[in-house]
Amino acid sequence: MRVALFITCFNDTLFPETGKAVVRLLERLGHQVDFPLGQTCCGQPQFNTGYRPEARPLVRRFAEAFAGYDAVVTPSGSCAAMVREHHPLLAADDPGLRRAVAQVAPKVHELSEFLVDVLGVTDVGAYYPHRVTYHPTCHSLRMLRVGERPLRLLRAVKGIELVELPAAEECCGFGGTFAVKNPDVSAAMLADKMRHVLDSRAEVLTAGDNSCLLHIGGGLGRLRTGVRTVHLAEILAATEGEAR
Amino acid sequence: MSEGLVWLGTPAFPQAAKKALADTQLRRNLGKATGTIRDKRLRVCAELDDWEQLRDSAAALKLRTLRHLPRYLEQLEASVTAAGGTVHWAADAAEANRIVAELVKATGEREVVKVKSMATQEIGLNEALAAEGITAHETDLAELIVQLADDRPSHILVPAIHRNRAEIREIFRSRMPDAPADLTDEPRALAEAARLHLREKFLRAKVAVSGANFAVAETGTVLVVESEGNGRMCLTLPDTLITVMGIEKVVPTFADLEVFLQLLPRSATGERMNPYTSAWTGVHAADGPSTFHLVLLDNGRTATLTDQVGRQALGCIRCSACLNVCPVYERVGGHAYGSVYPGPIGAILTPQLAGVGHAASLPFASTLCGACYDACPVKINIPEVLVHLRAKEVDAKRGRRTPTVESLLMRAATEVLASPERLRLAQKAGALGGRLVGRGGRIGPLPGPFHAWSDTRDLPVPPAESFRAWWQRTHPEENDR
Repeated sequence: MRVALFITCFNDTLFPETGKAVVRLLERLGHQVDFPLGQTCCGQPQFNTGYRPEARPLVRRFAEAFAGYDAVVTPSGSCAAMVREHHPLLAADDPGLRRAVAQVAPKVHELSEFLVDVLGVTDVGAYYPHRVTYHPTCHSLRMLRVGERPLRLLRAVKGIELVELPAAEECCGFGGTFAVKNPDVSAAMLADKMRHVLDSRAEVLTAGDNSCLLHIGGGLGRLRTGVRTVHLAEILAATEGEAR
Repeated sequence: MSEGLVWLGTPAFPQAAKKALADTQLRRNLGKATGTIRDKRLRVCAELDDWEQLRDSAAALKLRTLRHLPRYLEQLEASVTAAGGTVHWAADAAEANRIVAELVKATGEREVVKVKSMATQEIGLNEALAAEGITAHETDLAELIVQLADDRPSHILVPAIHRNRAEIREIFRSRMPDAPADLTDEPRALAEAARLHLREKFLRAKVAVSGANFAVAETGTVLVVESEGNGRMCLTLPDTLITVMGIEKVVPTFADLEVFLQLLPRSATGERMNPYTSAWTGVHAADGPSTFHLVLLDNGRTATLTDQVGRQALGCIRCSACLNVCPVYERVGGHAYGSVYPGPIGAILTPQLAGVGHAASLPFASTLCGACYDACPVKINIPEVLVHLRAKEVDAKRGRRTPTVESLLMRAATEVLASPERLRLAQKAGALGGRLVGRGGRIGPLPGPFHAWSDTRDLPVPPAESFRAWWQRTHPEENDR
């Protein structure tokens, strides 16, 4: 199986450790992975803000970069949802692009989907001796419907103490450019999310999207709460040999 | 056409929201109320094994009706007329208000009792009647509270959701002439005061004005669904009944009501059945009003219908489930939306009814979290319509001589992201810049346009080596691909 990594522009630039964790994890599970260097961004910021013509060249670039792979795996629920749900829409008026997108988009999987559905594993051999709570990001939850997959993966991690996050399914208030256009509402939603994270008494907050973690982690950091935000991939990649 | 919709969009949503957020009492009232309804709704919807099939049926029924709307409206007009009613067509708010005012004046009356109705609020009917010297008395308890306080409704179903009972007691004591002097804030005492106040109006009124939840094309039957019985009083006691209804409320057959009457009360109040469902077909001798008028209101709906993505907003049955699950609505309440239709449905309905360029900030008043779409009993894909309307707003501004800062940033981002090499260079520049302003791996408060973000959140300093650069360094054999 030819597996390509879609690391997303956001992870690539700000959270390279997440991408490295995906590589470590998949190689440990016996899979050779490839990072097509032609990839850049799925166009989600442009599309969600109403800039469709600006998003289209990125759709084309994505379809070209990932053509020919059996599967594409990405550590981002919202970018996977963007490709699967919205690339076909953006390509609708261009028959050539429409065919290319139809080839690639269904093969794109968010990390927990890829592990559970494609590779058929839930115990990835990870070790992570911390008290962790899981935030199901909106796009993973409601567009991809990843459901219990991330929790099944986390429950199989050795040494982990998984605690429940109150009001887990409520949005953290990031929403891409929403946080910039409606900063006060975003901050109010963040405040409630942080309160729930603190109520859970977790040391670590994890999620399948670094954008939400950037937002929540940025707030938790500003308040010096001591709670860390760690992407799901990094927990699943952690092993006993590593000191973290 | 923006004159059709009252109280529109001043100030824009982000500014209005900021003001609402500062009101801690409001946030507490809203959080408590929406949380209660939300839990109740989930419980009773889970009781029905065929809930998802019902939603699918409702969505299909609504879309089919909208596709053939002219046909069903003509059928409705014929059925209502055959049953002894009179049908009037109103293109906009002004025309609808004029029709209703003239119908009331023709009876020689100077006051009307009203059943809670979104359509009449949308057109500002009470204000229009007042200008003609006619007093409209709201009879729904929450509407009465709002009317007495000279306030605006804050929720489609629970217009006074932003008020707690201590506030309601104060409103009754200062604004309701017949309120008892020793009125407490016990819900029972408040309801009793309102009941006595309203009873006298019901018995006196000769004209009633209502909205409609549904109207059946096949039979000419009009329905109102309510909880308090005040509607039943208005619909049966007066001599003349005038119903104002948005043209999208028509359903083809009586049997279609089976689907909607299961979905509506459960989605709206978390009840298995609403206490009062009143249905009437034209007029009947010695039973109910002797004169019935149905005013069919367009007011931007035909224009909305031409948009193949946006038209699904017209499927709304006004249950408010989307308001109660929306994290944005829960924190700011309804007034910030600047329209009688607040929350997620308001964010897609108001800009469409008012036309592009009006209420431009509303499609952006959402994180696209999707909770509204999951809750909607008729499966309106609200996030899809929000993004669709955002694109229309952005496109409407493209022709301008001076481009917006945002459009320049978006274009610049595409320029960078269109080429992996440019992205690599931008990453190097970002890492350098980040290290210049960062401290201890975090970037604190920033000046200028970024201050709103960095006020409450730290940003990580971009790492010195991007993933891309790491991959190229550690996988040199694959770099030629």
